[in-house]
Order: sequence, then structure tokens, then C-alpha cells
Amino acid sequence: MTSPDATVAAAGRDGAGLPAWGGTQVCVAYGRTVALDGVTLSAPAGRVTAVVGGDGAGKSTLLRCLAGVLAPDSGTIRRPAKERTGYLPASSGIYPDLTVAENLDFRAKGYGMSRQDARERAAEYLDRAGLTPAAGRLAGQLSGGMRHKLAVIAAMLHQPELLVLDEPTTGVDPVSRSGLWWLITRAAAEGCAIVLATTYLGEAERCASVLVLDAGTALASGTPEEIVAAMPGSLRAAAVKPAGDAAARSWRRAGRWRIWDPGPGRPDPDDSAITPDLQDAVIIAAISRQQRAGGAA
Amino acid sequence: MSPLARCARATKRFGHVTAVSEVDLVVEPGEIVGLLGANGAGKTTLIRMLLGLIPATDGEVALFGEPPSRRTRRRLGYVPQGLGLYDDLTAAENMEFTAAIFGPGSGPDATELPGEIRPYARELIGSLPLGVQRRVAFAQALSHQPDLLMLDEPTSGVDPLGRARLWETIADAADAGVGVLVTTHYMEEAQECGRLVIMADGRVVAEGTAAGIAGSRQVVVVEAESWSEAFGALERSGLQVALAGRGLRVPGAEPADVRRALGDLPAVVRQAPATLEERFFELSQQATAPGAAA
Repeated sequence: MTSPDATVAAAGRDGAGLPAWGGTQVCVAYGRTVALDGVTLSAPAGRVTAVVGGDGAGKSTLLRCLAGVLAPDSGTIRRPAKERTGYLPASSGIYPDLTVAENLDFRAKGYGMSRQDARERAAEYLDRAGLTPAAGRLAGQLSGGMRHKLAVIAAMLHQPELLVLDEPTTGVDPVSRSGLWWLITRAAAEGCAIVLATTYLGEAERCASVLVLDAGTALASGTPEEIVAAMPGSLRAAAVKPAGDAAARSWRRAGRWRIWDPGPGRPDPDDSAITPDLQDAVIIAAISRQQRAGGAA
Repeated sequence: MSPLARCARATKRFGHVTAVSEVDLVVEPGEIVGLLGANGAGKTTLIRMLLGLIPATDGEVALFGEPPSRRTRRRLGYVPQGLGLYDDLTAAENMEFTAAIFGPGSGPDATELPGEIRPYARELIGSLPLGVQRRVAFAQALSHQPDLLMLDEPTSGVDPLGRARLWETIADAADAGVGVLVTTHYMEEAQECGRLVIMADGRVVAEGTAAGIAGSRQVVVVEAESWSEAFGALERSGLQVALAGRGLRVPGAEPADVRRALGDLPAVVRQAPATLEERFFELSQQATAPGAAA
């Protein structure tokens, strides 16, 4: 059901003059559970935008809205027509009883692609993803990493304007992940706007901009540099876990303790100031929210 | 004292396929060892040998100085990727079930959930968020006070703060003397391990700290006015290109080659230290390249 104030608008424009797909103040509730509460995301053409968060943060709900398979309760979604969108749901959307080649043929027909165009693109993508030797195998017999690559190829075969990928690399080993990232990069280089969900900040760091979701709201957003620059307070490293109320503002990283001070901080002589990275900044945003909410775990 | 886990030239063949080939691996008390490898590298087979689920074809596999058995299983805590919890039991019932399996020797607090997940004790596991489920699985694996903890992708699907808290639990266990063997596909988790073992094509291809393995390797970084044009130009030259923010990284290439490939395109070309992931990729490629096998 679409409420009157939920609309699908034409692409907006971002600062660089590129069309930007995305959503503004998107709200979705499943019964009494609020999945998204006023979330805004901009996905410019030719850029990769990451949506980061844990299980239940609202990533899949936002991506389903962008892909046009779920209408928000309120807010605006800007997306191209469905046939100009590519969508990889969290469950890969691949037919296990068809071969790799048959899956792609089937998808190409669904997109109304010319036979030759579809064959050429499929051949190139399969080759670059290392799947050519598997073209005749049943998709149900592929390893997880291979199936993920096939699913991304199927979603981008028709050169969509917007490619929405729900955790394309979860559970995928680093070698397959590298192949997936080549496919994603290729689509972006052709001008596609890409939105991908991930639980890993190392992956988000490779993206042009990042939206961090937590319990249906934005914890942070912007380029990785902007998110780091927006970090309040100061960060230091210590050899041992701090005592007292600082314990809740500390976490372990690479064998040492990171301690966040909401103010300028008064480091112990033994502690050293640390320049935060994206991972630190996102953890600090989550701790800061917890403390505002009353220190609940 | 013998190490908690020890593989010496451990080998596993399935018919003509050698899944694990002459692997040496040691886990000592109090250390966190990360096991990294692409699919098919042999990690899962190695873990199954350590768990005692399959015997080695050749070489030696020992837990606590003896061959893996039901007896060694008592001293081992294991969290599989699928967590191994019962969805239709509550968190507390899952804990009680494990305590019953391990018997009275499992300690007085074996059924006790840690404070932060105690509010969920009466809820069905299947209805709980994944982050809470993972904490229950950790608590369950630690409840019989194991000497060795084996974790398969321990924080998959968890938000960054939740991941940091789970790693705190792992590190606390290690500080208390437990040896930990962790498999992961993610380099940010690998950085949390004191020592890494990288497998490719059934063999150990690198071992050491994350910084030691990444070493002094350099990669070429390209910051172009139009990254997509730069990507196209580098691709046409057959170079391997990876997207990084609004720049590109070209591992395994010389700056001069990259400049040549870019032609007249306006771009800054510089070098930066290789990441652990880039080094890992290089090692995996080398090991699986035709003719690479020893």
C-alpha cells in the first residue's frame, strides 16, 4: 500500500550535476515494528554508495524501497523505471535448476535485450569473474562465491541506471570478492548508480559515500572522510582497559584499547592520541547514541 | 607442555584431490590465530580434522597432545558459522542443553548467561537479533570452560560496535589463557588476531602478524579527474584495477606502466603500502596459478 505522500519522483541532481537516485525521509513500519524512521540517501550516477549496519538495522528495507519492490509508508523514493533497475535481493534470485548460461539467457529475455548484446556482455562478465569454465554447470551446484558473482552479473546484465545489491559479498571469500568488486566497478564506470549493503566497514571504505544505519535511523552519512571529520570528542589508545565510566566508551582494537572522550579528553601520560578511521568513527557514533539513550547495552 | 592444537605435515586426500597438503599449524594457550583462505583453500577440511570429524590421510593432528576424540572435544569450544543453536528453544534452554551434554564437570556457572544477554534468557533463539544469537553461541561455547576455542566467521552479520564487543569476549578468553583459532574472510577481523595463517590450494602460503604479511609491498594508486575514464584505460592495458573511494588501486603494476596506460588522462599516480587484503589476493593467485604447485 502506498500512502499519498509516498511518491516516486524523477532523478534529483547532486552537486556534481549527475542524476542522483535515492530516498528522502523514508519511513517503513512492519506492523508495530519501525524498520526505517526518516532515512535519507542519495545515490549519484557513476558512484558506489554503501549502506552499512548489522542485522535488523534496516538495510534490506531501504534497498527494497530503492528497488521498487516495497512502497514506503511515507517519504520520497527517486528511482528509475523498474526495467532500468537491477536488484540483487539478499536471497540471490538465481534459479538453481538452470545452468549459469541459462540463468543469464533467461534474465536477458526478461530485460528484452537483443540476443547478441546479451551474449557479448554475459561472455565478458563471466570471463572477468572467472565463471567461464562454469557456464554449463547448474547454478545450484556453484560455490557461494560463484553464485554471488552470477547473481550480480544477472542484475547488471541489462546496464541498469540503478543497481541495488543487498549484501553481495557476505560470506564470500576475498578472491571471489575481488571479482565481485570488478563487476561493481565496471557497472559504475558505465555510469550506473550503485547502492550496496554490507556489514563491513573495510568494504564501505572503498565506496564514494556511506550511510550507516542503526535500528532504522541514520547513525552517520557522507564520504568516509566526512564521517571521520564529524566525529565528536577525541580518541586515544591505551594498553589496558580503562576503569570506571570510560569502560563503556572503550573497545578493543588490534590488541590495544581505544578510548573515546566526548570532550577534548585528558589522556594519561601513557596513552597516545589516535587519528580515527571510519571504523572508529562509526563505533563512536554507536556508543554516543547508546549513552544518549541512557546507557542501555 | 604440548600446544593446544598441533598439525604437523597434516595432509588430507579425497581420492585424487589433495584438500590439505603438509600443513604445519600450532595454537598455544592465550594466543588468537586467524586462519585465512579462499574457498577451496582447505580451511574447512583442516578444521574438520582438528574437530576429529575426519582423520588425516598423512601427517599428524593433535589436540592437547593426543589425537582428536570425544575426550578432546570436552576441552574444546566451537562456534560454527550457523551458530549451532536451537531456534525453538529459549536462550536459557540452549545453555542448559549444552551443560547437560558436557555433564557435571562443566562447572557451576555453565548455564549462566552473561549479564548483557540475560534479559533475553526466556526468549526463543529464533526470535532474537543475530547479534544477540551470536553472544549466546559464544556464551555456550565458553560455558564448559574450554582450553581451546574454534570460531568459524565469528561476527558475520553483526554491526561494527557489536563486532567490537564480540572481539572483546574473544580477547578476554585469550587473556585468561584460552587458545583461539578463528577463520574469517574479513581483513578487519584478521587484524584482531595475534598471528595469521594463510592457506591457498591446500597449503600454508604465509604466516605471521598482519603487518608482517602485508610487509613492505607497494601498490600504485591513481587519483584521476574522471575515475571511469582511467578505469577504462587501465583495463584496456590489461592491468588489474580495484576501486577505492573515488580513486583506483592497481596492485602488481609499476607506476611507469600505469602512467603509460593512462596516456593523456589527467591523474595523480603515486604509490601506497599494500593492504593485507591485496597481499592475501596476491598470495592466493600465486598459489593457484597453473604450474604453481610444488
